[in-house]
Amino acid sequence: MNDRLLVATRKGLFILHHHDGRWQTTETHFLGEPVSMTLADPRDGTLYAALNLGHFGVKLWRRRAGATDWEPCAVPVYPPQPAPLPEPLPDHPPAAPWSLQQIWALEPGGPDQPGVLWAGTIPGGLFRSDDGGDSWVLNRPLWDRPERAEWFGGGYDAPGIHSICVDPRDSRHLTLAVSCGGVWQSHDDGASWSCTSAGLEADYMPPERREDPNIQDPHRMVQCAGAPEALWVQHHNGIFRSRDGGAQWQRLFAQPSSFGFAVAVHPLEPDTAWFVPAVKDACRVPVDARFVVTRTQDGGASFEPLDDGLPPPPAYDLVYRHGLEVDATGLRLAMGSTTGGLWLSENGGEHWQCLSAHLPPIYCVRFG
Amino acid sequence: MPHITFAAAIQRHIVCPEREVVAPTVGAALEAVFALQPELRGYLLDDQGQLRRHMAIFVDGHAIRDRQRLGDHVAPDSRIYVVQALSGG
Repeated sequence: MNDRLLVATRKGLFILHHHDGRWQTTETHFLGEPVSMTLADPRDGTLYAALNLGHFGVKLWRRRAGATDWEPCAVPVYPPQPAPLPEPLPDHPPAAPWSLQQIWALEPGGPDQPGVLWAGTIPGGLFRSDDGGDSWVLNRPLWDRPERAEWFGGGYDAPGIHSICVDPRDSRHLTLAVSCGGVWQSHDDGASWSCTSAGLEADYMPPERREDPNIQDPHRMVQCAGAPEALWVQHHNGIFRSRDGGAQWQRLFAQPSSFGFAVAVHPLEPDTAWFVPAVKDACRVPVDARFVVTRTQDGGASFEPLDDGLPPPPAYDLVYRHGLEVDATGLRLAMGSTTGGLWLSENGGEHWQCLSAHLPPIYCVRFG
Repeated sequence: MPHITFAAAIQRHIVCPEREVVAPTVGAALEAVFALQPELRGYLLDDQGQLRRHMAIFVDGHAIRDRQRLGDHVAPDSRIYVVQALSGG
């Protein structure tokens, strides 16, 4: 099991360690600053923290393995914007300015790609670094796809890439999820892309556009490391899974709700996944104020609520896209809420222990 | 020479002392500072070189008008203040 937990919050990065049977916060960094994403690169142990400073823009910092100090990295910078931006086509949203608003996803390339990082951003650009964050290049094949003009913001004014899955069998195979722009895949290291949203449904759109692949709002997408054909999506509209690498998605129905933001999939068992339900879709609080995790172990045929160790009703914790994480064993889970609750389970969600009820709003939890 | 001052909120991230610069415009004044502190650029300007949305620059007490090209004129004795906009309370 991994004994280090990174917790990115609205007011800093907190690092917890598991030692002598207890989890304790051992480090606090960037206190007071919004940390939108964090990563522990499994290839070389480097930590990354993406900050969204509001007034002063997005920053990226890293700390090399064994180092004590953080150092600033380059941040993704969008290329010169056509001036003026083209007028939107009918039924298309206004084009977003070509300027970085947030690093929403940060993932390492494959083990065979040392130094490669992928950054998913708002307003919808995918960036690649080949040097561990010293420089970044916008992936133009995706940015220049005409369908991008149909993307629109979900949760933020502009669209954003929040999920990046690097295929453990082939590092050149990338699968992205975009709010709101559907699921996109490349099999050639980002040289070309196709939208693979068939089966996703958007009840929030007019009937004739509900199956439009380019306007789907997958809140979060995860891939089973041991069975990469298995993908799970917590969509604005419900829960979807794919058994064939995203070629086709099937809608599933969970109780007490299929709405939520987060999903985690077992690293070895593709039919096991966890969700954190909430009232659909503007209300966004636990159903009946009962804060639960739901788990399926049969591919979504059934879901069971897990609440042992979670706060009793009324509890209004909401878990965002990156607020639920499972480790490489599939047993240890971490979960952080927008009201600053942090929980950990050592047995697949059967029991949860509260590590803190008083952190700042939590954006992301990651082992590593 | 024009005198440029940076608000305390910026100093939290990057120490940027007051400076005398030789510049006919706000943009030129900032470029003179960026030449000495290139890391400051991304804190003040966005990807397209425009003043960040929640930043403000005053020249002799007046907010600049050209936030895109930063072409507002600067006199030899101007005082330039770079501050954060206090939006949001």
